[in-house]
Amino acid sequence: MVELLQDKDRIFTNLYGLQDWRLEAARKRGAWLGTNEILQQGRDWIIDNMKASGLRGRGGAGFPTGLKWSFMPKQVTNRPHYLVVNADESEPGTCKDREMLRHDPHLLLEGCLVASFAMQAHACYIYVRGEYIQERNHLQAAIDEAYAAGLVGKNACGSGFDFDIYMHHGAGAYICGEETALLESLEGKKGQPRLKPPFPANSGLYGCPTTVNNVESIAVGPTILRRGAAWFKSFGRDNNAGTKVFCISGHVNAPCNVEEALSIPMKTLIEEYAGGVRGGWDNLKCVIPGGSSVPLLPREICDDVLMDFDALSAVKSGLGTAGMIVMDKSTDVVAAIARLSYFYKHESCGQCTPCREGTGWMWRVMERMVSGEAEMREIDMLLDVSKQIEGHTICALGDAAAWPIQGLIRHFRPEIEERINNYRASKPVFVSQVAAE
Amino acid sequence: MSGVVGYIMTDLRKVNIDGAEIEVPGDYTLMQACEEAGAEIPRFCYHERLSVAGNCRMCLVEWVGAPKPQASCALQIKDLRPNRDGSPANILTSSPTVKKAREGVMEFLLINHPLDCPICDQGGECDLQDQAMGYGRVGSRFDMNKRAVDDKYMGPLVATVMTRCIQCTRCVRFITEVAGVSEIGLASRGEDAEITTYLEKSLTSEMSGNIIDLCPVGALTSKPYAFNARPWELEPTETIDVMDAVGSNIRVDSRGGRVLRIVPVINDDINEEWISDKTRFVWDGLGRQRLDQPFVRKNGQLMPASWDEALAVVAEKLGGDPQAIAAIAGDLACTESLKALMDLMDGLGVKSIDCRQDGAPIGSSTNGAPRQEYLMNTTIAGIEQADALLIVGSNVRHEAALVNARIRKSWIHGDLDIAVVGVPYDLTYDYAHLGETADALEALLKSTKGFARKLKLAKNPMILIGQGALARKDGAKIMRLCGKIAEKFGMVKDGLAKEKWNGWNVLHTAASRVAGLDMGFVPAKGGRDLTGILAGAKDGSVKTIYNLGADEISEELFGDAFVVYQGSHGDAGAHRADVILPGLAYTEKDALWVNTEGRVQMGFAAVPPKGDAKTDWKIIRALSELCDRTLPYDDLGALRAKLFADHPTFAGLNHAPGAEGAADFVPSKLGTAGKPLKAPLKSGIGDFYFTNSIARASQVMAQCSKECGGDAMISEGRK
Repeated sequence: MVELLQDKDRIFTNLYGLQDWRLEAARKRGAWLGTNEILQQGRDWIIDNMKASGLRGRGGAGFPTGLKWSFMPKQVTNRPHYLVVNADESEPGTCKDREMLRHDPHLLLEGCLVASFAMQAHACYIYVRGEYIQERNHLQAAIDEAYAAGLVGKNACGSGFDFDIYMHHGAGAYICGEETALLESLEGKKGQPRLKPPFPANSGLYGCPTTVNNVESIAVGPTILRRGAAWFKSFGRDNNAGTKVFCISGHVNAPCNVEEALSIPMKTLIEEYAGGVRGGWDNLKCVIPGGSSVPLLPREICDDVLMDFDALSAVKSGLGTAGMIVMDKSTDVVAAIARLSYFYKHESCGQCTPCREGTGWMWRVMERMVSGEAEMREIDMLLDVSKQIEGHTICALGDAAAWPIQGLIRHFRPEIEERINNYRASKPVFVSQVAAE
Repeated sequence: MSGVVGYIMTDLRKVNIDGAEIEVPGDYTLMQACEEAGAEIPRFCYHERLSVAGNCRMCLVEWVGAPKPQASCALQIKDLRPNRDGSPANILTSSPTVKKAREGVMEFLLINHPLDCPICDQGGECDLQDQAMGYGRVGSRFDMNKRAVDDKYMGPLVATVMTRCIQCTRCVRFITEVAGVSEIGLASRGEDAEITTYLEKSLTSEMSGNIIDLCPVGALTSKPYAFNARPWELEPTETIDVMDAVGSNIRVDSRGGRVLRIVPVINDDINEEWISDKTRFVWDGLGRQRLDQPFVRKNGQLMPASWDEALAVVAEKLGGDPQAIAAIAGDLACTESLKALMDLMDGLGVKSIDCRQDGAPIGSSTNGAPRQEYLMNTTIAGIEQADALLIVGSNVRHEAALVNARIRKSWIHGDLDIAVVGVPYDLTYDYAHLGETADALEALLKSTKGFARKLKLAKNPMILIGQGALARKDGAKIMRLCGKIAEKFGMVKDGLAKEKWNGWNVLHTAASRVAGLDMGFVPAKGGRDLTGILAGAKDGSVKTIYNLGADEISEELFGDAFVVYQGSHGDAGAHRADVILPGLAYTEKDALWVNTEGRVQMGFAAVPPKGDAKTDWKIIRALSELCDRTLPYDDLGALRAKLFADHPTFAGLNHAPGAEGAADFVPSKLGTAGKPLKAPLKSGIGDFYFTNSIARASQVMAQCSKECGGDAMISEGRK
C-alpha cells in the first residue's frame, strides 16, 4: 500500500477554499512568514535552493524551475528584468491554478516576490485567463492587501527591494497560454507565438529579459525555501521531486483537485481521492493523464503507471499539467478525441502553415472516423499527417493537436476499424463493448 | 546576397552544411549560411528586406542532434551549439527528414489553395507553382472541400483572390514596415485567418504596388495588368524611371510594341527592391493622348502636317532675332535632347534658355557654382548613415517616395532624429515640427536647445531641401539660410574617406533637372530666365519659345509668343503650341538620365515609337540643318561623345559623387542674403498621381487620384 501525503506536508493548505483566502487568514496558514529572511539569504541562495529542490515547471513542459531562473542575466543593464506569471490556464482537464488564485492568492504573490527578487525583476505581471472572473477579483484584492500591508511595493517586506505587481486579464484565447504568445498579448498585440531563439530570458517582454512561469511553480517557491530543498525533494522519485496538484475529472465518483507527491500510482490517486472510477476500476477505458495535449493511456497501462514526468513519458504520454481525464467504458473515445481535435483547430493561431492547415484537416478526418465514413487507409494517412504537424511548427500547439490522435491510433485502432467496417456493412454505429478487453 | 566579402570579420563561426565546413559571420541566419554553401532553401514568408516571420515553415532544415527540424530563416549561426565533441554543428539541407518536412508543408499549403493556375495571373512566375514542382509530393491526400475566402478591396491597383492566399504575411510586413501605414493585417485565427484591409478601403500608401511583387502566390495581383499576358510572352527591358528624380531602376515588360507592365529592378543604392505606384502603374498613360504626328496651327486650328512642313515653319521662326527667341525644357526631357537643343540655341546665338520650369533659383556648375549646390550629396543609401535630418519645405513622401522609404528605414533601424520646417505632411515617421515658415530656420540658427542641440551633437547631420522651399521668389534667400544652418552644424565635413560627409541635399522632383543643370541649360550672360522669358512673352519682347516638354506652365503665360512644342503627350504644352513636333516617351528611347544624387544612368528603348514620332535629339538635329547650324553629330554615339567631352560628369555612369567634393564646398555662400517671405514652405506637388503629362494621361492614375489622391493625401503630420 502506498503511503499517502500527510496534511502537514501540503503546500496548498486552502486548496478547497474551506478557509478565508484573505491576507489575515493566509498569514495564519503560514504565507508571508519570514519572507524578508528568505530574501536576505541572497539571490544565489534562492536559486541554488530552487535547483536543489528538484522542482520542475508545473505548466506542462516540466523544465527545471531553478535552472530557468538561472538563465536570466546576472547583471541588470539598461533593460529591466521581468517576471511574468502564466495564469492563462486553459488546458482542457486542468483546473489547478484557479483554485490557487481564488483560495490561496497570497501564496502566489509571495512566490512572485521571491522569484522576482532572485531574478532582479522589479516588476511582475500575472496574466489571468479571460474566463477567470472571480479568480481575477480575488487576485486583485490580494494584491491590494499586499500593497497596503507593505508586503509588495516600495521596500517590499522591509527588504529594501522595490517590487511592483500587476494583474493582466486575458481575453480567452488558449494560445495566449503559450509563453511567447502570452508576452505578445501582454504587449497589446495579437497573441501569436514568437520564434525561439531568442528565448524570453534573453529577449522577452518589451524585448527585455523575462522569465515566464506557471502559477504553481511560483506559488510553491516560498514554502520550499522555508521548509528546505531536502524536504521537497523527499517526495517523489529522482528527477520527479516534490508535491503536485492533480486535477481528476471525468468518469470518477468524486472529481477533485488534490495535492499529492509525484510518482504516486495513478490507480491509487483515482481510488483514494476521486472515489474510484464510475462502476469500478474494471470499467475504466482510458485516461488522459496530463491535460488534453498528451496521448491517452488504455487501462492496461493505467493499472500500474506512476504519475510523474519520467514514468509517463516512458509510456509515450506525459505528465503535462497533471490534469487527468478519466473515461469509462461508456465513452465513445473516437468522438472524445475528435472533440479535442476541434478544440485545437479552433484555438490554432493560424500563424504557421502546418498547424493552420493541418489541425482542420485532422479534425475533419476525425469526424468522419466518428461516423465511420472514413476509408481504412485514412487511419495511416491521419497518423502521417499528425507526424507532419508534430515538431514542424513555431510553438507546441501543433504537437498538442497531434498527440491525442497519435495516442488514439496507437491504443484504439481496432475500435476505429470496427466503426468503419460497421458503417460499410450498414450496421448501426455503437460504442464498442469489447475494445478494452 | 553580397556574401562574406566586405563584412566586418569579427565573429566568424564554423558550421558544417551538407558535409562541407564553411565559415560565416555569427549573425548570419542558417538560410544565408546554407546559400553561402551553395544549398538552395525554398521559402515563402522570408524576404531579405522584411522582418523575419518564420511562419511558412518551408525553409526547415535538419540540425543533426536537435529534436526537430529548424526554420533556417530565423535561426542565427551564433545560436547553433557545436556538437558534443566540439566539432561545428551539422546541418543537412537535403536529408530524408528535410525532404519529408518540405513535402508536408507543401501539402498543407496546397490543400486549401485552388487549382486555378490556368486563370491566375501569377501563373509562370509563381513561387508556389515552382516550389510545388521542386519540393512537393505527386498528389494530394486531402479530398474534402477547400476553404473559400472572400476577396478584399484594396483599391484600384491591387486585385485580390484571397482564396489563393497562403498567409505568409509578406504584404502585412511590407505595408507596416516599409510603407509605414498599418492598413493590412491578418485577422481571425487558425484556418479562418485572413489577410484583410480591415475596412475594405483603398490602400493609401504610394508604394502599395510592391505587395504584388512580394506576394508569392496569385492572391495579390496587378489590377490594371489583369489577364493581359503571360510572363513568358513579355519582352523585358531594364531601364530608368522618370516619374521623379530618384531614377528608380525598372524593368519594362512589353509585348507587340506595347508596354504591359513595369516592375522594379534591384538597386541597393537607389530604390532597393521597391518602386512607387506612379512608376509602376503609369504605363497605361503611355498609350493615351499621344502625339503621333506633327501639327501646325493654321487659322487658329492645329492641323496635321508633314515633318518637312512643320520643321520648315519652326526653322523660319528660329531664323529671327536671337534676343526674341527662348527655349524652356520640361521635366521629362532626356539628356540627349537637352544637349542637342542647347547646342542649337548656342549656334543660333539664343541666350534665354532655362531647364527650371518651376523657376527654382539653383545654378549650374558651368556658371561657377559648385555642382554640390543642387545635388543630394548624402546620397539615398547615405541616409542610413545619418543621425539627424532637417527637412525643409518638402513632402518627401510624394516628391520622392523611395527617398522617404529610405528615411523611414533609417528612422526605424537607426537612431535618426528628424525635424521639419514647412507644411507638416504625413511622412510615415515621427518628426519634430519646427514651424511652417522660413522664420523657423532663422530660429534654429540662433537656438542651442531642442533640435539644434541634436544637430550639434549628431555625427552625420543632414539637411534635405525640397523644391517647395526653392521654387519661389525668395528661394535664393532660403537657400542662404539653409546654407548657414549646414555650416553651423557641421553638415559638410572633409577628412579621411570614412569621415567625409556631405549633408547638403537638394531634393529634385524632375527627372531632367540635374542633367539640365549639369550641362548648363540655364540662361547665358544677358539671357532671360524662366520668369524673364514669360515676362517677355507677355510684353512681346520674346516672340518665339521652343518648349521641350514643359507642361507645368499655364497656357496663358505664353502670351502672344509663337510656341514650338516638342514632346510625347497632348497635355498643357501641346494645347498652347503653334507647332507640335511629336517626340518619344521614356520607354521608347535610349537616353541618359541624371538623378537627384547626380548619378548618371542609362535608359533603353523598350518599345518602338508611336506613329510618326521621332527620337527627340534627331528632331533637333534635323532642325539644325534647316537653320543652317548643323549640329556636329549624326548618331547617338557621336552625340554622347560630344556630351562627355563638353561635360565630363556625364561619363561617370552609375556613379554618385556623394561627399567627394566636400573639401571645396562652402554651403553658407549659396543663394543670396536677405529676409525670406512669411509664406509657409509648401511642397510643389499637389496630387502625387498627376505630376507629369504621362501620369495625367493615365486612367489608372486618375482612378488612384480619385480614391486616395488630392486632398485625401494631404493629411496632417504625426507631430
